[in-house]
Amino acid sequence: MSDDNKLVMMANQIGRFYVPQKQVEPVGAIATHIRKFWDPRMRAAIITHLDHGGAGLDPPVREAVQRLKERA
Amino acid sequence: MSLVPEIDYGTPASRSAEPVTLTIDGQQITVPAGTSIMRAAMDTGIQVPKLCATDSVEAFGSCRLCLVEIAGRAGTPASCTTPVAPGMVVSTQTERLKQIRKGVMELYISDHPLDCLTCAANGDCELQDMAGAVGLREVRYGYDGESHTKQEKDESNPYFTFDPSKCIVCSRCVRACEEVQGTFALTIQGRGFDSKVSPGALADDFLSSECVSCGACVQACPTATLSEKSLIEIGQPEHSVVTTCAYCGVGCSFKAEMRGEELVRMVPYKDGKANRGHSCVKGRFAWGYANHKERILKPMIRESIDQPWREVSWEVAIDRVASEFKRLQAKDGRLAIGGITSSRCTNEETYLVQKLIRGGFGNNNVDTCARVCHSPTGFGLSQAFGTSAGTQDFDSVEQSDVIVVIGANPTDAHPVFASRMKKRLRAGARLIVIDPRRTDLVRSAHIEADYHLPLRPGTNAAILNALAHTIVTEGLTNEAFVRAFCDRDAFEYWAEFVSRPENSPEAVGLLSGVSPDAIRGAARLYATGGNGAIYYGLGVTEHSQGTTTVMAIANLAMVTGNLGRKGVGVNPLRGQNNVQGSCDMGSFPHELTGYRHISDDAMRGTFEALWGRKLDGEPGLRIPNMFDAAIEGTFKGLYVQGEDILQSDPNTAHVVRALSAMECVVVQDLFLNETANYAHVFLPGSTFLEKDGTFTNAERRINRVRKVMTPKNGKADWEITLDIAKAMGFPMHYDHPSQIMDEIAKMTPTFTGVSYELLEKEGSVQWPCNEKAPLGTPVMHIGGFVRGKGNFLITEYIPTDEKTGPRFPLLLTTGRILSQYNVGAQTRRTENVVWHDEDVLEIHPHDAEQRGVRDGDWVRLDSRAGSTSLRATITERVAPGVVYTTFHHPETQANVITTDYSDWATNCPEYKVTAVQISPSNGPSDWQREYGEQAERSRRILKVAAE
Repeated sequence: MSDDNKLVMMANQIGRFYVPQKQVEPVGAIATHIRKFWDPRMRAAIITHLDHGGAGLDPPVREAVQRLKERA
Repeated sequence: MSLVPEIDYGTPASRSAEPVTLTIDGQQITVPAGTSIMRAAMDTGIQVPKLCATDSVEAFGSCRLCLVEIAGRAGTPASCTTPVAPGMVVSTQTERLKQIRKGVMELYISDHPLDCLTCAANGDCELQDMAGAVGLREVRYGYDGESHTKQEKDESNPYFTFDPSKCIVCSRCVRACEEVQGTFALTIQGRGFDSKVSPGALADDFLSSECVSCGACVQACPTATLSEKSLIEIGQPEHSVVTTCAYCGVGCSFKAEMRGEELVRMVPYKDGKANRGHSCVKGRFAWGYANHKERILKPMIRESIDQPWREVSWEVAIDRVASEFKRLQAKDGRLAIGGITSSRCTNEETYLVQKLIRGGFGNNNVDTCARVCHSPTGFGLSQAFGTSAGTQDFDSVEQSDVIVVIGANPTDAHPVFASRMKKRLRAGARLIVIDPRRTDLVRSAHIEADYHLPLRPGTNAAILNALAHTIVTEGLTNEAFVRAFCDRDAFEYWAEFVSRPENSPEAVGLLSGVSPDAIRGAARLYATGGNGAIYYGLGVTEHSQGTTTVMAIANLAMVTGNLGRKGVGVNPLRGQNNVQGSCDMGSFPHELTGYRHISDDAMRGTFEALWGRKLDGEPGLRIPNMFDAAIEGTFKGLYVQGEDILQSDPNTAHVVRALSAMECVVVQDLFLNETANYAHVFLPGSTFLEKDGTFTNAERRINRVRKVMTPKNGKADWEITLDIAKAMGFPMHYDHPSQIMDEIAKMTPTFTGVSYELLEKEGSVQWPCNEKAPLGTPVMHIGGFVRGKGNFLITEYIPTDEKTGPRFPLLLTTGRILSQYNVGAQTRRTENVVWHDEDVLEIHPHDAEQRGVRDGDWVRLDSRAGSTSLRATITERVAPGVVYTTFHHPETQANVITTDYSDWATNCPEYKVTAVQISPSNGPSDWQREYGEQAERSRRILKVAAE
């Protein structure tokens, strides 16, 4: 879990699916997917990663994690 | 108790809807047109003597025993080959017929060894029965016929013998091999009196032949010519119990034929709605593991994994589990422990494990092996259609006109369904195979794919988008279906997306290596060829775009209108026997039974009220997340029921690190599997023969598992979970698994009609089974989708991050072989090792030559994750640039090679794409040797008296 790179990669993978979707708002859909399927400690870790600069997060994913943080 | 009776109608049922009325022996009867006189007679209870006829194969008309007389017709036609006709008046017993039959039987018996008292078929021999039926009292030709007694028995097959002296050359075995199994391994060699059943060429015996040991020939044989060795050894069974096979997701029904508590043989059950009386080598014969000497029957504990095991009582073992888990939660928090439900165990057992974790552990850290196989199916289909399961029953394939097989090798992995599919293909259905390998379906006996798209591993989504591009841009969309049943906006967006140039067959051909013409041809055939059915396997799901590909499959079915009726659909071929069931039962960390998200307060509240516990509304850890958390130090205890995560999960070194980091690993299994090498408590499990319950197969069919013997370990698996729950302070009260199913039905909208009573009555049912569908639902989405309108999702192709390059220029893909099952824990402990005693690496001749590798050489297989060594086999089944192996043997540990990459939505590992390099090797690697030594050390057992 300390492997932030893995979480960043997983989050970006989710982002790459939702960004091209037309019937959902991508940032919201990314945040929802992470909230529905990631254990709280994984969500906390990605939020912490964002707090430390969020290196490697694609822009919409960064926004989604920010949204998760605001709703945490 | 007695043997479960089965009626042999002599010939298959007619599918005609047209009724025909005739008279047989004075009784008027109405049957479907096309029915044979023999079958019509049996329908009225009149058994016409027969030898060459049996209702699993078409009529042959060779034995001349089933003759009848028909008013107004000359001669004595065979009742098996003569169809009924309106007004026909048939006599099955006349003086003339009696004389003819006696004469025929005299000829048979004059050439048959009369060793009935010592014959394995004594009491279950149709020749013996027919001699009685025709009143044979003498044989005018004497008993000194040729008898062929000097012909050698073929005992090469580990499970059955072929004794030519007993053969009456009825050809039932040959026809069963052709018509039921579709292997065409047997033939009749020679002419006249020298005619003999032969498994191929003169030099062949059964073992060296094409025979796949499905048992169809043994089942069809009317004498002792083909007999199970277990039957020869033990004798005739005295009672039988219908139960369900515990191997693959086909879920075949079998009769466990017993003598006392000893299993004599497993015989496929004709009324089984999944298998319709057929079987494969695993279900039919490979059950010997249940009595294997390596089976562990006593609980064991140890303080640390470098110590030997110590046998203890159940009380001590359960107390250790509970005290350790409580200690870890007290020390590291409520979320520090979790568990894994088994897709090899029953629905009821799986339900209990997730209940224990949610209610007893107080968290949602529960997952199941579907995580590593079909989790993308669940998520993908739920987004497209609204349900997490396949749309059809297996019978549906009989009405398919075009069959598309994507990333699946049913011949090896789902053999009984493959036989049913091949039967339809031989009858004229067209076939498209999308697979990097040239699997058996591409070209085998009497089957040839119209299109084989040998795509580069990892390009599934691109290929499916290109198929969709062709359909949409060439005007092949089923507009009426889309308009009626699908979300219009979603369709328009998607149609624009797939129509883009980057999704054209020409563009996709460049990246996938598949000819654009073949892509276009396949798309046109699927869209216009009639009922189109898609069957897919782990070659679809086990990718970083597994879920995307499942959605792309759903898109294809919707755009062509291939949903909502027989013969069509989207059909995931599930791997293990109860993968579907384990998912249905709430095994995933984010959802309760029936795929309802744990965050739904109202729904969760109903479980809280029933279980008397507050449940966590947050999703728990998935299996790969558990490993990461263990290495991080926040996850310390794991209860694993019936799954060998060390051997089956990717990146073995990573799994080893994770398990080694945990303080209490509890393994409940039949054997000391590879995971148990890192366990602290071992709880001996029970086999499917030793417990009651249900399995749910790939077609959503809930089938009964019935106990036929006392658990050798003393407890069924569900009882062990109850003990743990009680020790954890969360007692559950069930006296029988039927009560667990009653609770499942009460709590799960798609199961409300399911009960053991209903299963006894109907044999099996497919969920949804509720007030809307009291007898279940064979075909889903008739007249509309469960979610409302069908949802087209954009399925953009995104290449995997696992790249080939100069260091790792080849792509490894993994899979199964017919004779072995998954991690091989069961099948490696049977005679099936005769066919496959080690994993081998398939490599194309071109790649082999470049590396100086010869057939049978040891080669080293390296990836970014690890290295192992195994023998190479050179074959054109794989394309240049692609290598393939199985993962059945721990000595190879194929998953040392596979990586952490996984599906974007579900974390399903990307087993099917690993960049590798091959080099010559002298034998097993250092890692393999070290692993073997560690495993041996870990399996030491101190034999002490139970406490």
